[in-house]
Amino acid sequence: MSWYLIVLPLIAAGVAFAISSPTWRVRILATTAILHLVGVLAALGGWGMLPAGAWLGLDALGGWVLLVISVLFLVCALYAPAYLALRPDRDGRIFTGSLLSFLGLASLLAQSQHPGITWVAIETTTLATAPLIYFNHNRHSLEATWKYLLIGSVGIALALLGTLFIAYAANMGGVEEPLLYGRLMRDSALLSRPWLRAGFVLTLVGYGTKMGLAPMHTWKPDAYGETPGIVGALLAGGVTSCAFLALLRIYAVVAAAGEAPFARELLVGFGLLSMTWAMVFMVRQLDFKRLLAYSSVEHMGILVLGIGIGGNAAKFALFHLAANALVKSVLFLSAGNIHRSYASKQLPFVTGAIRRTPVSGWLFLLGFLAITGTPPFAPFISEFNIAYTALTTGHLWVGTAFLVLLGAIFLGMSDTVIKMVFGTPSAERVRTPYKDTFATTAPMIAALALVLVMGLWMPRPLQVMLQSAAVMVGGSDPASPSEREHARRAIDGGQR
Amino acid sequence: MIHDILITLTVLTNFTLVATSRVNKSIQVAAFQGVLLGLLPLTLGLGFHIHILLMAVAAVVVKGWFIPFLLRRALAKVHIHREVHPYIGYTVSLMLCALGTGMSIVLAHNLPLKPGGPFALFVPAALATLFTGFLLLVSRRKAITQVVGYLVLENGIYLFGLMLIGDMPLLVETGILLDLFVGIFVMGIVINHISVAFDSMDTRQLAELKD
Repeated sequence: MSWYLIVLPLIAAGVAFAISSPTWRVRILATTAILHLVGVLAALGGWGMLPAGAWLGLDALGGWVLLVISVLFLVCALYAPAYLALRPDRDGRIFTGSLLSFLGLASLLAQSQHPGITWVAIETTTLATAPLIYFNHNRHSLEATWKYLLIGSVGIALALLGTLFIAYAANMGGVEEPLLYGRLMRDSALLSRPWLRAGFVLTLVGYGTKMGLAPMHTWKPDAYGETPGIVGALLAGGVTSCAFLALLRIYAVVAAAGEAPFARELLVGFGLLSMTWAMVFMVRQLDFKRLLAYSSVEHMGILVLGIGIGGNAAKFALFHLAANALVKSVLFLSAGNIHRSYASKQLPFVTGAIRRTPVSGWLFLLGFLAITGTPPFAPFISEFNIAYTALTTGHLWVGTAFLVLLGAIFLGMSDTVIKMVFGTPSAERVRTPYKDTFATTAPMIAALALVLVMGLWMPRPLQVMLQSAAVMVGGSDPASPSEREHARRAIDGGQR
Repeated sequence: MIHDILITLTVLTNFTLVATSRVNKSIQVAAFQGVLLGLLPLTLGLGFHIHILLMAVAAVVVKGWFIPFLLRRALAKVHIHREVHPYIGYTVSLMLCALGTGMSIVLAHNLPLKPGGPFALFVPAALATLFTGFLLLVSRRKAITQVVGYLVLENGIYLFGLMLIGDMPLLVETGILLDLFVGIFVMGIVINHISVAFDSMDTRQLAELKD
């Protein structure tokens, strides 16, 4: 167990909240982010050696998600100093403190081996992120915060009920506390089926609300639209990944109990519904931050769809989690820069972004191409492989619908993006003093470069870990010798 | 037998909640429901173990006194008395609540119970209370009534949690107490911001963001 991954960010949050110097505050933020990433990389060496009966510890699945969140957080933390310098009017104290607390709680979630701790971690991440959404302290951000809290709390309450249902399923079968995931999966034959199924439906709806799956996504466009780009990046890549991980843990128990067919149908249904819903609202969407929010709904749909199809698609859904998080950071941060330069996020006012803010404009365009699945960026690999797996394993209709929706979303999104990026800046729109600088663009360039590298090559240890994580999601124990051998062969067989 | 009476009363308070238009009264009824549920663990014959006492005391104090106190204080600041023009009218709400209670009984019928416990009425009552809370949340306009709805939804989960309190006290306690704290406390802060920013608690004013 790596206590420091949880404790370090929380202590840093306390310090950042307590001190009054803004310079030192952002230094603490960046230093903590770097130390956290180093710590995660060091801890990942031991992902296969989680002792049985441990309540906290990094396994392949949690390790993969935490790695993604840590990298994403570093990108945001390196961007934050320049951003906060542009907003001296706002309280950086609560902002930095909330960011760092989120990192600590995400580390708790990734290491949690108990459904109760997982639930507590999700609940507290909601708490930590609510002040971030209220950062601008105006009527719109208040409305967004209220919706986020109310809808999010109901979702989390349902997830709690679902967790209790699963606990009752175990209780009926005579499985004693502590109900660690490992024990639930091992003794899955004893779990009461009706309660397990009902519990899965409730956790799917509950954590799905936090992820922003349609139709429980209604808080998302408002929250993402009204927050600074940096918070949008962290919500779209970090908070949603946390909720997805919580859902995957429960899915693994359900799959181990042999109820996967039932769960998969639901996941595929929610996936396609989310993509369709997002597509409808992305067409003629004039507000580019809301456009990104619907893109997030779409990609949450792709994640659960991949798990629902299963097999190789589940592995690429996990890969997509990383790809989506990194590309979303590029999109939200560059959108934030463009918003700042034009003092508007509405289409008729924002045109010719490439001329006014060349770097951010280009990054937004490239981010758009990456997220819609243009090769050679990473999302292409995952989207292609999910579609390929669907079509070759008998999910003919699902695979076809997936491809059609991807195409339609590309067209719908490109309309807004092209108008926004190209053309000439409207003369009436006063130019704000904001100009792209090294500090406001370099973190995004690094993130985009990483997306490109991920699309072309991945280090072998990470491939092994990803494969094991997918095996865990499927309900088996990746530590068993047969599964390890299988993973090795799958990777050597040329599959990525 | 006492626990069956307490649960029946809880389900009856659900109907009072959806039918009342006075905000003050709905807070009062929700507090009464909280006290009923708080006393429930003492009547289950589980003995007077520390966990059970803790849960009972915490529930009575928090649900029956502290949260209603916070809500009344918020109410006194903004001078509202009635929930005017809810999204779903009172008669329809009452009928929906009855329908939801009926459906909860059908749903609970399909979920097997551990034999021999005093829990026969728990699952249908928990689901019915959950549904009532959800109904209040979506059908009312005032932020404060929505929080009452959340409180009732939470009561439903608490009721279910009591079935596990003997065997898994820690999971149930942390879950329910934390959920309550977050829900009500944080929402209380936001309500305060809303009443300052808009000079009212009507969530209709929180409807500028849309597509």
